[in-house]
Amino acid sequence: MAKYVIVGASAAGIGAVEAIREIDQTGTITMISDETCAHYSRPMIGDLVSGKADTEKMKCRSDEFWKENNIEALVGKKATTLNLTEKTVQLDSGEKVAYEKLLIATGGKPFVPNMEGSDKDGVFTFTTMGDAKRLAAKIDMINAKAAVVIGAGLIGISVTEALMKRGLKVTMVELQEKILSLLLDAKGSDIVEDVIRKEGINIITGQSVQKILGKPDNEGAVGGVILTKGDQVPCDLVIVAIGVVPRAELVAGTAVKTNRGIVVDCMMQTNVPDVYASGDVAEAYDFIMNQNRLLPLWPLAVLEGQVAGYNMAGKKTSYTGGTNMSSLKYFGIPIVSIGLTNAKEDPALEVLVKQDTEHNIYKKIVLKNNVIVGLTLVNCIERAGVLFYLIKNTVNVKKFKQKLLEDDFSWAVLPTGLQRKMRVIQ
Amino acid sequence: MKKIIANQEVCMGCGLCEVYCTVQHSKSKDIIKAYNSEKPKPVSRVRLEINKPVSFAIQCRHCEDAPCVTACLSGAMQKDEKTGLVTHNPEKCMGCWTCVMVCPYGAIMMDKEGKVVAKCDLCQGFEEPACVANCPNQALIFKEVKP
Repeated sequence: MAKYVIVGASAAGIGAVEAIREIDQTGTITMISDETCAHYSRPMIGDLVSGKADTEKMKCRSDEFWKENNIEALVGKKATTLNLTEKTVQLDSGEKVAYEKLLIATGGKPFVPNMEGSDKDGVFTFTTMGDAKRLAAKIDMINAKAAVVIGAGLIGISVTEALMKRGLKVTMVELQEKILSLLLDAKGSDIVEDVIRKEGINIITGQSVQKILGKPDNEGAVGGVILTKGDQVPCDLVIVAIGVVPRAELVAGTAVKTNRGIVVDCMMQTNVPDVYASGDVAEAYDFIMNQNRLLPLWPLAVLEGQVAGYNMAGKKTSYTGGTNMSSLKYFGIPIVSIGLTNAKEDPALEVLVKQDTEHNIYKKIVLKNNVIVGLTLVNCIERAGVLFYLIKNTVNVKKFKQKLLEDDFSWAVLPTGLQRKMRVIQ
Repeated sequence: MKKIIANQEVCMGCGLCEVYCTVQHSKSKDIIKAYNSEKPKPVSRVRLEINKPVSFAIQCRHCEDAPCVTACLSGAMQKDEKTGLVTHNPEKCMGCWTCVMVCPYGAIMMDKEGKVVAKCDLCQGFEEPACVANCPNQALIFKEVKP
């Protein structure tokens, strides 16, 4: 029996291992992953397709990571059944692993809507290294010239840029009226859309793909798509990049409570004692929305995994929460988006905006009772972290509010007391 | 560990800290080449922040519990438990800017040409960091601080 069993070895699993080993150097840890090399950076799979990164660069921990942390790593094996009474996890290889403390960090799986033709050769999802390798190989094999990417969120933009760098003609199809609608308001989205269009990307919004067509000479291979309004777009590849949903099958039919994801408390423990969940599979705390919800983001998964790890090892730790927060590097236009960035008009919210059209710069801050609850920065993200500090620590910004969007905003405009407290000055 | 801290009262806002940092982190170590011809252009890892009459320089604080390390998508940002340094490996960096988003000090710089970030390494191998050694008014102090 292992003292700790961790199912899933990506961001949350790694965070948990590091936290456990900080507290407990000897307790046995068994890690189960259905991937053979799980310690890679998922957000870097776009770079693998574009050729900017190889599988070596993608490793976010060394190959010795599991060994150095004295972990029994069961890789290429899938956890199929959880028995809460026996406290065991059954693997598809037949093994049964008993645990004292269990972390479910199985992540998310791509959401693929019902579309006629989605079983054709040339339809891909884009969340794992395997997806990226298969996509890259396919491009070479069929000498692909054109692709349709369904979804213009984080994953959609990343795969679009990668395919463009490979020389493909890319059409992005987004059901919402604007691209990146979870991260940007209409103005911000328009700026980014303009930049992406200028790179030669075809962007179609307010529509989805209703049918994937075959090629005239090979019905089984992708030849194009038909959009909701009936237009046809010819292509060799379709990449479904709408988003991820929790991969919570392991707890299905058990007493572990789920909502959209696995429900956890502030210690990342589920309703079942000794069973924890972290990362994309769990509904963790959003400190701006003041509720638990799905936030499938790498840095938050690591933090949640750490909190679970500390608690599993006996160090009581409370998760202070994350929020919808992303930074984007794509198409040479850096973006940071945190919290309420696209909220409906609300008399309780104060909105500050600054735009410099010539330089594609857009800044927006949303305040509630003089505390920042939303931040959008397009093409000027250098001091984003200072603003995030103010957000996370709910600092009242009333005294320097007019400075927040200025070009020279920095720690120098913040109160001396705060500068001293944070040891920016002596 | 020894860290750099600003004595804001005597900072004149001259910006020499940025100049010496840039040269120190250039390939040529030559001020003319560093500023005029090196590609990618070397980036200063210290930034002079000004809100007149206040000015001071800010650079990576090598946090105990560094948000940039936890948030790093690629494993490029690491905490060296032995030295206390927060280290950045540009070879591993994917330029996602996540560390820029979470650094409370705004002390992680964007090397836009190199498409990676750059940050203070406390000038390893030198007695004093270049910004401290070359500050004409001793507005930057390199001293032992409690974590």
